[in-house]
Amino acid sequence: MINAFSPALEGEVEERSGEKPRLCYQCGKCSTGCLFNFAMDILPHQMMKLVHYGQKKRLLGSHTIWICAACETCTARCPNDIDVAGVIDTLRAMALEEGVKPAERNIPLFHACFLGNIQATGRISEPILMGSYKTFSGDLVSDIGLAVEMLKKGKIKLIPSVVKDRRKVRRIFKETKR
Amino acid sequence: MKSYGYYPGCSQLSSAEEYGVSAQEVAQALGFSLDTLEDWNCCGASSAHMTNHLLAVSLPGRDLAKAKEKGDDLVVVCAACYHNLKKAQMEILEDAKLAARVEAIVGSDPRFAGRIVHLLDVIAEEVGLEDLKDKILRPLEGLKPVSYYGCLMVRPRGMITGDDPDNPRLMDDLLTALGAEVKNWSYKTDCCGGSLSLTRTDIVVTLVNRIFEAAEEADANCIVVACPMCLANLEMRQKEGKITFGLEHDLPVFFFTELLGLALDIPGAEEWFARHLIDPRPLLYAAGLA
Repeated sequence: MINAFSPALEGEVEERSGEKPRLCYQCGKCSTGCLFNFAMDILPHQMMKLVHYGQKKRLLGSHTIWICAACETCTARCPNDIDVAGVIDTLRAMALEEGVKPAERNIPLFHACFLGNIQATGRISEPILMGSYKTFSGDLVSDIGLAVEMLKKGKIKLIPSVVKDRRKVRRIFKETKR
Repeated sequence: MKSYGYYPGCSQLSSAEEYGVSAQEVAQALGFSLDTLEDWNCCGASSAHMTNHLLAVSLPGRDLAKAKEKGDDLVVVCAACYHNLKKAQMEILEDAKLAARVEAIVGSDPRFAGRIVHLLDVIAEEVGLEDLKDKILRPLEGLKPVSYYGCLMVRPRGMITGDDPDNPRLMDDLLTALGAEVKNWSYKTDCCGGSLSLTRTDIVVTLVNRIFEAAEEADANCIVVACPMCLANLEMRQKEGKITFGLEHDLPVFFFTELLGLALDIPGAEEWFARHLIDPRPLLYAAGLA
């Protein structure tokens, strides 16, 4: 199962996340408590070990980095005080920066649409977010009934609330681009 | 009247308008005001911190700079906004280099050292649950809620307030004070999968369904939340759970502020309830509360 070793991985993850995955003694508490474990290909405690083993390719190409919803149950319960969810955040950002083909196509696409919405108007607006995500994912039909119901209940505002100083918001995006 | 800075969060202007409105009204009725931060922006939610750390600190950083300018403690109603703002604040105050970087990016000083509090905490602190009982005009008899805190409100590591991260009590105590028969259950802080609601609906339906099953098993007749993402997700994906798993759920989901408003007999509460995808009014009529 072990593939090419990336000696720099552990140091990079430690540097970026401020965490030490090698402190993990594989008790598995994070993985048993994880609400999303049934949909993951690599469990959280295995992720920590694979960082230690330099298994970059497997980690960045995993479903887990996208399936993790960052609820931080693992982080709250880790007996060694490792911010497991924070380490997964770092792996996700690395995968994007290195252009790794994501195992989950739509999840990073959703994040891109979400951030694109903030960049454009400063605040999230359901029609912009759902419209852009549905268009780019090609998944146009699955939630149409729901959207109609939300419109009827006034839960979707057609005129979005926007930040006045949008130049400042755009600047934040420009200055933080990696 | 004590005044707080207030960060509404995007949902409270759209899908969860009833949460924003009821929060303001309840604060008013309880004798404190929530003054919205001028020109606030989105905290970045899950998408920012999952993909770009500096962006995830800088977006809330601009809001923190506005809170610093204002000077008052900052009240938040959305669990995700609360989590992101608090996390950014902690990182900015602990890491001078990062703070300087964020300051250069947002163009103002983000080192807000005031408190960031969830409205639930403010009510318990400002009013106190004992004093709150005296203000109740309509005890919530007939309501048997379970409190659903969701994940993010109790999970910011190193920032957990008085409440237990695995078994918080604050909302249970509040609802009990309002006269409801609060049911005990062990799903209080289980994540509903909100951030995957559109992308991996299959996973979310499984999680949401488990929450509804557990609430029914606890003999509850409604679920009460303190987060707009939780409410949207539970309401939106309940129907799919019914279809996929063939179960008979029709459990209304309330914001805690709506029930507080009802108990305080704030006019206009009817309009909040009309906005729900799962209509809670039949339950309220049956209990003689509307």
